[in-house]
Amino acid sequence: MESKIDISDHISHRYNDELEDLRNQVMEMGGLVERQLQDGLKALRKSDMTLAEKVASADDEVNAKEIAIDKRCTQILVRRQPAASDLRLVLAIIKTINDLERVGDEAEKLGRYAIHLYEHNAKIGDFTEIKHLGKHVREMLSKTLDAFIRMDVQSAISTIQSDDEINDEFDSIMRQLTSKMMEDPRAIKETLRVLWAARALERIGDHAKNICEYVVYLVKGEDVRHTNLVALLEENPELNDE
Amino acid sequence: MAAESTEEKTNKENTRVDIEQQLGETVGEQFTEEQKFSLRNVDVYYADNHAINDISMDIAPNEVVAFIGPSGCGKSTFLRVLNRMNDTIDICRVSGDIRLDGEDIYDKKMDPVLLRARVGMVFQKPNPFPKSIYDNVAYGPKLHGLASSRAELDDIVRTSLKRAGLLKEVENRLDEPGTGLSGGQQQRLCIARTIAVSPEVILMDEPASALDPIATAIIEELIDELRENYTIAIVTHSMQQAARISQRTAYFHLGKLVEMGPTEKIFTNPDHTLTENYITGRFG
Repeated sequence: MESKIDISDHISHRYNDELEDLRNQVMEMGGLVERQLQDGLKALRKSDMTLAEKVASADDEVNAKEIAIDKRCTQILVRRQPAASDLRLVLAIIKTINDLERVGDEAEKLGRYAIHLYEHNAKIGDFTEIKHLGKHVREMLSKTLDAFIRMDVQSAISTIQSDDEINDEFDSIMRQLTSKMMEDPRAIKETLRVLWAARALERIGDHAKNICEYVVYLVKGEDVRHTNLVALLEENPELNDE
Repeated sequence: MAAESTEEKTNKENTRVDIEQQLGETVGEQFTEEQKFSLRNVDVYYADNHAINDISMDIAPNEVVAFIGPSGCGKSTFLRVLNRMNDTIDICRVSGDIRLDGEDIYDKKMDPVLLRARVGMVFQKPNPFPKSIYDNVAYGPKLHGLASSRAELDDIVRTSLKRAGLLKEVENRLDEPGTGLSGGQQQRLCIARTIAVSPEVILMDEPASALDPIATAIIEELIDELRENYTIAIVTHSMQQAARISQRTAYFHLGKLVEMGPTEKIFTNPDHTLTENYITGRFG
């Protein structure tokens, strides 16, 4: 089926420009957040304190971007009264930037945990699973932003499904860290920080999943939040026909 | 103005062919369980011009249906089919099965005057008679012999003005000319005149297009209240208005019904690309 979304063919050229600009702003915000996550993970992995401090205080730019995009969305709603796919685009963007901002918050936490672990002479490098989790979450976020910019439903759906793997990995890390804390109660404080870092990564996966759900809504007009995706795909095979 | 070049003409014709290829069958939900109006395979011709092309739909009792579409798409022509207003145009020919409560309104036995009392109409431009406010509303009931006494007529006039939300503003000057009222008041006077003969259906052809936002809001509020007692079909160029007041929306293009469905669906996720293009202000 031909994609119904083309934001560049309105009779009003200025409206085209406004929507295009809005989408670019979201991608810029996505890029900032992606970089924040990358830096947070690197700071944890390499115990790089300069980078950790940068991440822990880099949220202002993301927050400012969220406010600026929100304002533009309000302006478009007021001035253009968008309908159909345009309306869904603006609504999806309003929700997406909220999730991106939360991804930024979680990345900021990674910076803070890196500082704490460094100060207590603990190294995340001892926990290989968390490195894997970080890699998977980064890939998921990158695929999410890609699905968003290309408005690619199939890619969004496969990314939503990959969140289950991330949840499984997190569960496994939690079991592993629980055993470690039982074995060595003196390390509980540091191990908890590691667990929270894993938790932050798992939450980033959830936010990426939310954004992919908005992509499905944007392109197909189907709200797939809080639904069983497998059942939904069985009921609506056309969602997978791109 | 310079004449169109051959190239421009060919381009226009090509665009039309492209769109006609896209038109196809109506999509959405044009039929309802209960029907006030039931229309099947309706065609309208103005001489050789095929203005309405094989349209079928139902209009349910007590619903507000909005007809939208670009200028010249046939939505007003289709509205006028519903109370045989097209009969007044010599070159106009209507065919198809058009039933009001199961009764064929184009049957020879159907009296168009009585039909128009059952299916009233409000036009784009307020058109009060050059008479007093009272006489504007009393005209229809008098014509159809709906009142047996002056007191009864007074009652009909006051009730109709009240239902049209105009009574408070005019009750002390019922003998003043209707044409002296503001545009919004005149339109509400026309609505009062329409409902004075107790119609079952009210047709509105862009009733608020000449009104300011306040007068428009009053008319829209009125439409919402009237829905309790009447079935309403409205032609509007304002998409926001269609979205605000109707339960179902029908999109017309080049004399065809492209898509019809619940208003919320049409304005958030229409099925047809032509509907999408129109409501989002795209080329098409």
